[in-house]
Amino acid sequence: MKSRREFLKVSAGGLLLAGGANRLGFARAANEFGPAALPSGTLEASQMGSLSGKLPLIKKSFRAPNFETPVAYFNEAFTPNNAFFVRYHLAGIPEAVDASQWKLSIGGESLEKPLELTYENLTRDFEIVEVAAVCMCSGNRRGLSQPHVPGVQWGHGAIGNAKWRGVRLRDLLNKAGLKKEAVEIVLDGADGPVLDKTPDFVKSLPVWKAMDENTLVAFAMNGEKLPHWNGYPARIVVPGWTATYWMKHVTSISAISQPFKGFWMNPAYRIPKGKFPVIDRFVSQETEANTPITEMVVNSLITSPENGKKVRQGEAVMVAGVAWDGGYGIATVEVSEDEGKIWQTAQLGADLGRYSWRQWSHRFTPARPGRHAVLARATNRAGGTQTFELIFNPAGYHNNVVQRVEIEAT
Amino acid sequence: MRTLMVFALLCAFPAFAGEGDVHLKDGPGKQLVEANCSMCHSLDYIQMNSPFLDRKGWEASVNKMIKAMGAPVADTDVQKIVDYLASQYGK
Repeated sequence: MKSRREFLKVSAGGLLLAGGANRLGFARAANEFGPAALPSGTLEASQMGSLSGKLPLIKKSFRAPNFETPVAYFNEAFTPNNAFFVRYHLAGIPEAVDASQWKLSIGGESLEKPLELTYENLTRDFEIVEVAAVCMCSGNRRGLSQPHVPGVQWGHGAIGNAKWRGVRLRDLLNKAGLKKEAVEIVLDGADGPVLDKTPDFVKSLPVWKAMDENTLVAFAMNGEKLPHWNGYPARIVVPGWTATYWMKHVTSISAISQPFKGFWMNPAYRIPKGKFPVIDRFVSQETEANTPITEMVVNSLITSPENGKKVRQGEAVMVAGVAWDGGYGIATVEVSEDEGKIWQTAQLGADLGRYSWRQWSHRFTPARPGRHAVLARATNRAGGTQTFELIFNPAGYHNNVVQRVEIEAT
Repeated sequence: MRTLMVFALLCAFPAFAGEGDVHLKDGPGKQLVEANCSMCHSLDYIQMNSPFLDRKGWEASVNKMIKAMGAPVADTDVQKIVDYLASQYGK
């Protein structure tokens, strides 16, 4: 991976004759829209763009809308709703949802008493709970995969941390009389395909995860109604698991006694079996070769300083960031100031719950002038940690390679 | 009928303004690509996924759109679309 600085050196050396202006543009873009390791076409096509109700975010695609959160927003414990990333697969998105007209059906063959809930039922008839949890797209950092793989070329920002308030999915399922035979809970939302032949975005959860006390039908985020682009009026929240299961604009929940078959469960969102140290299994969907993605692997992000930051020799600079995992909780974050030779324990911020990310910081005083490579590595309470080499997979999931930021002391 | 439906859907999403600024490179097959691909998604998906797919990679992507996503691409247009993508946005 070329750092921005190395890249600029190459440019200044006049090695890039044809399309020089383009390449300089690329160098500028690499700074604003994501790491230089993203595909050049991604950086060139990126721009800051606003969806209604949102701050300018990094536009990856207009339709379906995919917008990434700039890393600077991750210096806060909770990601502001109007800066929270937006991810859709299909472009048939309701322009606005009227909560008074919205209905949630709880049905399927494996329920005794199907229900239909209004927004009022949902928000008044069940116990309301709140959980802090990281919502991360399975493909976060896909754009950093080497070799590159097709898909939305996310940098570091298809992630956010929020306080989700809602009702327990299990309370709804219990009220509807979940039968013992149930194997999976199927989730569908109001968004859908443009063409009839395109598979609707429908997902399923194993019953055990759907019945987990932390799995919610959420109607609020950070104390406010969900933003439209994050699933208003209600979405599924599956703490610990990647956001593919967090169905937005949820309209239908059904219990079935057979594994759900649909494009977005198989072949989409699959990881090769046995390649990643994940603990949660989704047995009813497993095949010989692969299995659905489930929990997030241990990971961390350096949010400050930004790559290429210039600092004074002998003056302290605060290296800070966030660390998260699939819900075991972060045990330690270590920082290296010398490219990974010596590791020091970073200071952890407040524990906001095991599904929240954990802020961390480390004071670094560069003793000599020149470039310093700063690395951060998180370890969770289950003993899991980050890798130094990418575990390549064709969909670009679970990229938890230790991140490297260069600081230049003068 | 389908064209009408797609047109109606596009008009229903003013929030996707900005898409008009996306311009693909000129080359043989460009209009075919614009007409077929933009039925379901903005053309910046192509730019974003470049330049790292070889011809086989673009062929696989086009086939996925047809076979898995149900894109109604005429058989006679498939190769022209792959040719354009591989030559303008391939590695």
